[in-house]
Amino acid sequence: MADHILTQNSATVRDVETIRASELRRHHINVVLRYALLGGVGLLMLYPLIWLIGASFKTNSEIFANPGFWPENPTLDGYIKGWKTSTPYSFGTFFLNTLWIVVPKVIGTAISCTAVAYGFARFEFPGKKILFASLIATLLLPNVVTRIPQYLIFRDLGWLDSYLPLWVPSALAGDAFFVFMLVQFLRAIPRDMEEAARVDGANTIQTLIFIVVPLIMPALISVCLFQFMWTMNDFLGPLIYISSVDKYPVSLALKLSIDTTEAFEWNRVLAMSVLTLAPALAVFFLAQKYFIDGISAGGIKG
Amino acid sequence: MSGDNKFLGLIYLSPYIIGLLVFTTLPFLASLYLSFTNYNLMNEPVFTGLANYIKLFTADRTFRKSLWVTLIYVFTTVPLKLAFALFMAVILNYKLKFINVFRTAYYVPSILGGSIAIAVLWRYIFADVGLVNMGLQLVGLEPVNWFGDPTNALFTITLLRLWQFGSAMVIFLAALQSIDRTLYEAASIDGAGKWTSFVYITLPLITPVIFFNLIMQMVQAFQEFNGPYIITQGGPLKSTYLLPIYIYDEAFKRFDMGYASAIAWVLFVIIMALTLIAFWSSRHWVYYAGDKRG
Repeated sequence: MADHILTQNSATVRDVETIRASELRRHHINVVLRYALLGGVGLLMLYPLIWLIGASFKTNSEIFANPGFWPENPTLDGYIKGWKTSTPYSFGTFFLNTLWIVVPKVIGTAISCTAVAYGFARFEFPGKKILFASLIATLLLPNVVTRIPQYLIFRDLGWLDSYLPLWVPSALAGDAFFVFMLVQFLRAIPRDMEEAARVDGANTIQTLIFIVVPLIMPALISVCLFQFMWTMNDFLGPLIYISSVDKYPVSLALKLSIDTTEAFEWNRVLAMSVLTLAPALAVFFLAQKYFIDGISAGGIKG
Repeated sequence: MSGDNKFLGLIYLSPYIIGLLVFTTLPFLASLYLSFTNYNLMNEPVFTGLANYIKLFTADRTFRKSLWVTLIYVFTTVPLKLAFALFMAVILNYKLKFINVFRTAYYVPSILGGSIAIAVLWRYIFADVGLVNMGLQLVGLEPVNWFGDPTNALFTITLLRLWQFGSAMVIFLAALQSIDRTLYEAASIDGAGKWTSFVYITLPLITPVIFFNLIMQMVQAFQEFNGPYIITQGGPLKSTYLLPIYIYDEAFKRFDMGYASAIAWVLFVIIMALTLIAFWSSRHWVYYAGDKRG
């Protein structure tokens, strides 16, 4: 009797073990397949960039002959000659111009969007609902429909061929996405500290600067980083508004380089492409947490 | 606070209000007006009624071609990108080591993709003897004439934007990670397989982010400019001459501001109509947690 029960039990135990083992095997296969797919796609995604870096050190004849990364006869030719450009200006000028567009734009965005988000999130005032609805509408409004009259307005103001058309709309909280992101962030923060500061006699500006700004710093950093990236990458804005080569940002200079005689000096164009991407890549790797957080937050709450 | 002047909030909003009036509302109305005029920057705008629109829809073959190409581009790029982003997010949403490394690697193209440098790179890698054809030959396939063939040329731009699936994927992944795991356990006890769980649990719960991604990607795709402008210059045979490029050429090369505004308004109305359809239909397919409509 006891023997019988024992054999029955051990049979069940064996069954359970085989099931466990097969489940474990399925799990392992699953994990291996996922890694293979993820690795394959990752390589496919990043190889064009890896190839670009290698190709920028290749000779012109090698660029369209060698699909590999390593240059056979590494040369700095592309960088040295590409930097000089076929214009009277070097890429140094174009990088400084880009910086001169980006920095004021980011500062203007940060200040105006913070103030406006604070106004939306912490105050009651007549017309608030309509104004907030206008923010959402602006978010969805395609720029293509406002671009032509904006150009005419800037022309009438005498701002063509200057950076003002690129700076001013952002300094007036024109990027609705950022205002929206900060409002959402601010709404999730309890008001206790602000109210305590107000009771202690701080006015709203002091409360904003000393209490609110430190609290929303992570979101504000995301805003600055996104604006930095988007402005670095902006092409259509400068294309419409900037006409003198000495004021060109790198995006226009790169376009110029593929249009001129340098078009056949492939390694120069590729070398300057690498340099154009370098600041954005560096900033991304230093601060990727803020990018991923910013985009996830925007997506979930949007 | 309660003791504050009730206009204090408006003072903080003042930059936004000025910007809204001067750089959004005024241009929005002005472009509608301009679309009914003939205006080439030399003279004052002359009101011509519906003339621009009539010309667009009856006499302008470039517009017809451009509109068609734009619709094909949007209706291929957006679904492909969303499907690929969701697929990769599902693969990533598993207890794996290095998940952050993969997420970062996939996100890099989204960060850089808007750059002119990437469009330039695309010109090189899809050239006749470029990286892509070298790769195809390496695995024994025939090289493809990417820029000479109208269908292929548009597809290179679709591929460029597909390459940037990372930002949509990050949003999907965040939504997937927020799903309560006990739902899957309950379903599995009831005998549901992986695919059934995906269709009846995962998909309904992430419909809000599918909706968000759909709207954002669609509005973006309709305004695609950098890709075709740099990579294919609208060619060959205007097969990549998307509406934003046509608008740019009319406005800033031929300085026909009235006609360009009319094209911009047609594009705007299409985007708005599709957005409204999406919003209207969303009540039937978007599920918000805690919402009885389900």
